[in-house]
Amino acid sequence: MEMIRQPFFWIMTAVIALFALLPPLTHDVGLRESLFLAAVYIILAGNLNLLIGYTGYVNFGNIVFFGLGGYLGLWLVTVFRLPLVVAALLAGLAVAAMTAALWCRILRLRGAYFALASIGIAEATKAFVSNFEPWGGATGLYLPMGAFKAMGGPREALWTVYFLMVAVMAATLYLSYAVKKSKFGLGLFAIREDEEAAGVLGVRTPYYKTLACTLSGVLPAVAGTLFFFKNGVIQPEQAFDLTLSTEAIVMLMLGGQGTVTGAALGAFLYEQFRGYLLISPTFSSFQLVIAGALLLVTVLFMPGGLMGWVYQRWPRLRRILE
Amino acid sequence: MLGVLASMLDGVLVGAVYGLGAIGLTLIWGVMDVINLTHGALIAMGMFGVYLLFSGLGLNPYLALVPVAAAGFLIGLAIYWSAVHRVIGRPPLMSLLSTFAVNMVLIGLGTSGFSTSPYNVDISLPGISLGAYTFTGNHLVAALAAVAIAGGLSLFLQRTRLGKAIRAVSSNRKAAELMGIPAARVLAQAFGIGIAIATAAGGLIATLFPFTVLSGGGYELKSFVVTVLGGLGNPAGALAGGILLGLIEGGVTPFIQVSWIPVIEFALFVGILLAFPNGLFARRGH
Repeated sequence: MEMIRQPFFWIMTAVIALFALLPPLTHDVGLRESLFLAAVYIILAGNLNLLIGYTGYVNFGNIVFFGLGGYLGLWLVTVFRLPLVVAALLAGLAVAAMTAALWCRILRLRGAYFALASIGIAEATKAFVSNFEPWGGATGLYLPMGAFKAMGGPREALWTVYFLMVAVMAATLYLSYAVKKSKFGLGLFAIREDEEAAGVLGVRTPYYKTLACTLSGVLPAVAGTLFFFKNGVIQPEQAFDLTLSTEAIVMLMLGGQGTVTGAALGAFLYEQFRGYLLISPTFSSFQLVIAGALLLVTVLFMPGGLMGWVYQRWPRLRRILE
Repeated sequence: MLGVLASMLDGVLVGAVYGLGAIGLTLIWGVMDVINLTHGALIAMGMFGVYLLFSGLGLNPYLALVPVAAAGFLIGLAIYWSAVHRVIGRPPLMSLLSTFAVNMVLIGLGTSGFSTSPYNVDISLPGISLGAYTFTGNHLVAALAAVAIAGGLSLFLQRTRLGKAIRAVSSNRKAAELMGIPAARVLAQAFGIGIAIATAAGGLIATLFPFTVLSGGGYELKSFVVTVLGGLGNPAGALAGGILLGLIEGGVTPFIQVSWIPVIEFALFVGILLAFPNGLFARRGH
């Protein structure tokens, strides 16, 4: 509970409150949809940060957590008629169990080989689910018509899903911050800097890496259930979209990897920027080109991202904005 | 039984082209330790290059490979100096991201130019019949061309001055620089050669199967599998790995639905990476 005394804790809480209060107070559905997507991005980038930013392992397949969570959750809702919240939590736990059992093996690989294996896992999972008949194969799973009725009709259901998503986003922010401030987080940073040295100094590297990877999968899985529940349908191409996976890395790099503020800010700005590109007729077909150019410039000239630049400019902010 | 054999033989022919595609990736990876994520986009560029020269100017698609590969070399130089040069020797995340950024730009440009609808190079050469089975001429010529290009590259790396310089920089950059080899320029040329081969492979694939702007991604993933199968930085190994992959694809096709093949391929890929976390790549000291 040391956390509560830090100014950054209250900054996070204020941001979460803005997310939760602004759309219902203004009754602005457009704003709600925009913030919904921003929350999804913050969840993806924030959890990815645990593995890339804190531990130094580049996971190109992070979307697997989101997609598998969506599939498991929707399957539990449609087949077993479970309430949404229960299904989402169960999906999160199941994905965590799978991650702990499988990914810890991949984490033996270092550097670029880990990155490649994570691409392989994402593609293998997508190909498998596309063939998996209980989950509808290539056509996917559809939510039954009455699913929204249990939550008081489609209008209320959309609001409920929005608030749940903001709650998952809040959990992501608090989790990232708590990990960063803990002994566990310190161990992860040590692994990022030099895994051998960390091991020699007594950091239990395989255990820490597995725990970081597992943690980074839980909340995206819960968010996946919520997202695809709102969507009404889940298909392999959408659920395991490698582009979204790499976009999450772009957001993280833009904002500044390894910082809680950077991950959230990068995700939020990327969503705003994407929305602008989609609306602007000149740029709509060049969205990828511009996002790519932006990423290239960041990587080449500003490897610390936005927060890296901020810290350099105003070193005192480093203590306030974690 | 004969059907399985024919399917496997055809797999070998297509596999030689996969191998050629992977050579472009493995050369760059082996020489400068950069995993080039623009690989798929450039394979697609080769496809469209051959398509445009063939349907626009009526050039023979196999002759069109020459200007396409030359253009690939120049594009490779441009990508090296703009996106790769500054990230060499930095953590792998940086080169992965910078090449991925270029990939996004290329795919974005390609999608706005050609949309994502399928194209094909409409050519069919007389094939060879063996009993009830016919091997199309396109597959035979593509496989021969792939083997010829791979052999040419091998000779080039062994015999020519630039080839030797590339190998020298690859095994020890500092020592090579002390011997007066301009390492950065050699790396740029090696990158260009890798891209030229990737575009040539794309051009050959265009004569075999229909393709879209996004098709390159699938072949990029196959190139990763081939690299893992065949070892790093070694053209002959990549060719062998490609043929092995083709053989596996051809061997299982008669028994299972086609949509299961990617599951097998990627499971194999992750499995080999795990079984030999250092093994297949050990000599590069990872």
